Amino acid sequence: MAHAQAAIMDRPPERGLDVYTQKVGMWVFLCSEVMFFAGLIGSYIVLRFGASDTWAAPGEVLNVPVTAVNTFILICSSVTMVKAFAAAEADDQKGIKRYLLLTTLLGAMFLGVQAFEYTELVLHGEWQGSHGFTPAAGLYGATFFTMTGFHGFHVFLGVVCLAWATIQAYRGRWGKDHHHGIEVLGLYWHFVDLVWIILFTIVYLI
Amino acid sequence: MATIVAEATGQAILHEEHGQSFLRKYIFSTDHKVIAIQFLFTTLFFLMIGGLLAMLMRYQIAWPDRTLPGGGILPETMVSSGYILPEFYNSLVTMHGSIMVFFAIMPMLVGVYANYLIPLQIGARDMAFPRLNMISFWLMVPAGLMTLASFFVIGGAAAAGWTLYAPLSGRPDLSGVHLGQQLWLMSLVVLGLSSILGSVNYITTVINMRAPGMTWFRMPLTVWALFITAILALLAMPVLSAAGIMLLFDQTIGTSFFLPEAGGQPLLWQHLFWFFGHPEVYILILPAMGFTSEIIAAGSRKPIFGYKAMVWAIVAIAFLGFIVWGHHMFQSGMNPTLGLSFTISTLLIAVPSAIKTFNWMGTMWRGNLQLHTPMLFAIGFVAMFAIGGLSGIFMASTPVDIYIHDTYFIVAHIHYVLFGGSLFALFGAIYYWYPKMFGRMMNETLGKVHFWLTLVFFNLVFFPMHGLGMVGMMRRIYDATGYQHLQGIEDTNQLITWAAFGLYASGFLFAFNFFWSLWKGRKAEANPWSATTLEWQTPSPPKHGNWKEIPVVYHGPHEFSHPDVTDKDWLAQNERPDVTSPAHTGPAPQPE
Repeated sequence: MAHAQAAIMDRPPERGLDVYTQKVGMWVFLCSEVMFFAGLIGSYIVLRFGASDTWAAPGEVLNVPVTAVNTFILICSSVTMVKAFAAAEADDQKGIKRYLLLTTLLGAMFLGVQAFEYTELVLHGEWQGSHGFTPAAGLYGATFFTMTGFHGFHVFLGVVCLAWATIQAYRGRWGKDHHHGIEVLGLYWHFVDLVWIILFTIVYLI
Repeated sequence: MATIVAEATGQAILHEEHGQSFLRKYIFSTDHKVIAIQFLFTTLFFLMIGGLLAMLMRYQIAWPDRTLPGGGILPETMVSSGYILPEFYNSLVTMHGSIMVFFAIMPMLVGVYANYLIPLQIGARDMAFPRLNMISFWLMVPAGLMTLASFFVIGGAAAAGWTLYAPLSGRPDLSGVHLGQQLWLMSLVVLGLSSILGSVNYITTVINMRAPGMTWFRMPLTVWALFITAILALLAMPVLSAAGIMLLFDQTIGTSFFLPEAGGQPLLWQHLFWFFGHPEVYILILPAMGFTSEIIAAGSRKPIFGYKAMVWAIVAIAFLGFIVWGHHMFQSGMNPTLGLSFTISTLLIAVPSAIKTFNWMGTMWRGNLQLHTPMLFAIGFVAMFAIGGLSGIFMASTPVDIYIHDTYFIVAHIHYVLFGGSLFALFGAIYYWYPKMFGRMMNETLGKVHFWLTLVFFNLVFFPMHGLGMVGMMRRIYDATGYQHLQGIEDTNQLITWAAFGLYASGFLFAFNFFWSLWKGRKAEANPWSATTLEWQTPSPPKHGNWKEIPVVYHGPHEFSHPDVTDKDWLAQNERPDVTSPAHTGPAPQPE
């Protein structure tokens, strides 16, 4: 039985991780998000291997160049997010505002392009003789819209939070000693970006 | 001191009792204790509803040719000219399982006790994210309302079984249920979110909010169990949410993930469901094991036998829990080699489970047994869990499972682990922590009567079901009398039904005791069970913010009957050894 004084002296009191609580919480939450997308992506793999003859070739239905540009936009938004955090650490108020605003706008732009893509597909998409490509268009349509849709929903939530963070930046909330919010939001944002890179590869490119 | 505390807990220590409006204090509270109590009342309500559904089912099985007394008050779509309709019976089966698993047992184990005990047992003032905690309760409420509402929509409640196998669940024209099934799925997604947010909170709290000196291996086994459970829920629930959303899309926007006619795969649903479903089984039993360990140590006045083995057994069960889901699908068509590997991984779980069972017995062995109500329920848990665990081994081996698959044998098994296991431990936990939660003791005599009635009726209900399964009575069957091979089991079924009524009635004895004790129970002192963990070192009930000063932990969690302590048979985790007993100044034996 470990007790008595020797044990007290030997072991310093354990104080958890050397990481602040919000960050731990976000990491834990992201584990859960990984499993959510793993569920969707795993299903995609199973369904596609089970019915590969019903899959469209890359570029046959989806507009890959537009989405490639969109992917680039999202990657850029990750860069500006990092810049915003660096600016906060350096206490550069102007930089914080500029980069948070840029990140928000880039995220919103991604959503805009995705909305454009969806509209085009639903109205003018051509696949297997049917006019209009919708979630009801076989497993190909179902998996495409479900996966990219849920990713888009995550981006949307991120943009809402980024807009809030930007407003806070203009009120002078962030700074050298107050950048946890930006860091935690950044973790989420980079995760969403990473998921997109996987989705873009497996849904659009292969 | 104050600075150390602030650093250790990562939050300001000032938490004086301050005036709060009724709404903030009791309804939209961020205090983990209040949220736990909100969960407790909500889940007790759902437990009653779930039990009521079971009573209706039992009536139908015992007397399929009789009209339901008082059935007239139910709408024509449920009970027609006095008889329970087959469609309604399917809904009863489905909703009994769903409500008990998702709205009674799981939130009672986790929502109530993870919320209540984690901060108190690790010496924190509250959860890491109190507002998130409030949100996770208030997400469960609409989820529960959607589930209840589904009984009253056109087409009735979900009727494809709680496992929701596609295509039955995905095609309203097959199950006859439209909106009810969609409500079920939406409710599940909302509940999943609530559960995930809760888990984030519990995990973060345990990792980062422990009091000084509360090392990982000084954490009470309850905290360990709830921590590992939270990890399971964190990783399993999102998969179910993803699957549930896909099934919802199949019904609403014309996708065909699980519908074979358009190339979808019904088997994929089963894989996704059980990938969640089997960890879920351990979500439902691990916290119960934690409570049992704690109650048995306190009730035997001995340290828990093999504390570290207990911890590693929890970890092992949780890990194995993720790689055994296929044993639910032996009959769904599976490569025999894959089936064999699932058999082996499943049988492996018997090892850590047996470690735990033997350690409980080792703890009780030559202990100074205090047979109070919580202890009785804890011992009952060990016995019933052993029976349920053993019948699980039958189903884990493919050849036997082929014979008993989807029979009453599985109904007996699941109830031995979920009712005999989880619910017995929960009753024990309610009696045990009631004085801490409400500041009053529950009535001991009524508690003991409740225990013995529950034990006897429980076994009368569920033990004969093993036999019914062996003769081939199918689970979810509406009327067994029409089958040649099921002749002659009417008597058994009627006995089971009478015992089930008794079991349900004994629940009301518990409810009476619970509510009566809220006002009339004997006032509880801070530490009525002379227990060692931190929550007993605060007043009953603890104040907002839990501690005047964050406790410092010096000992392991279950230090009963320590040879160096002469004046009492327990040593609180936060007692300074040099203050408590001069015996401690001598050289202490060093384990490990």
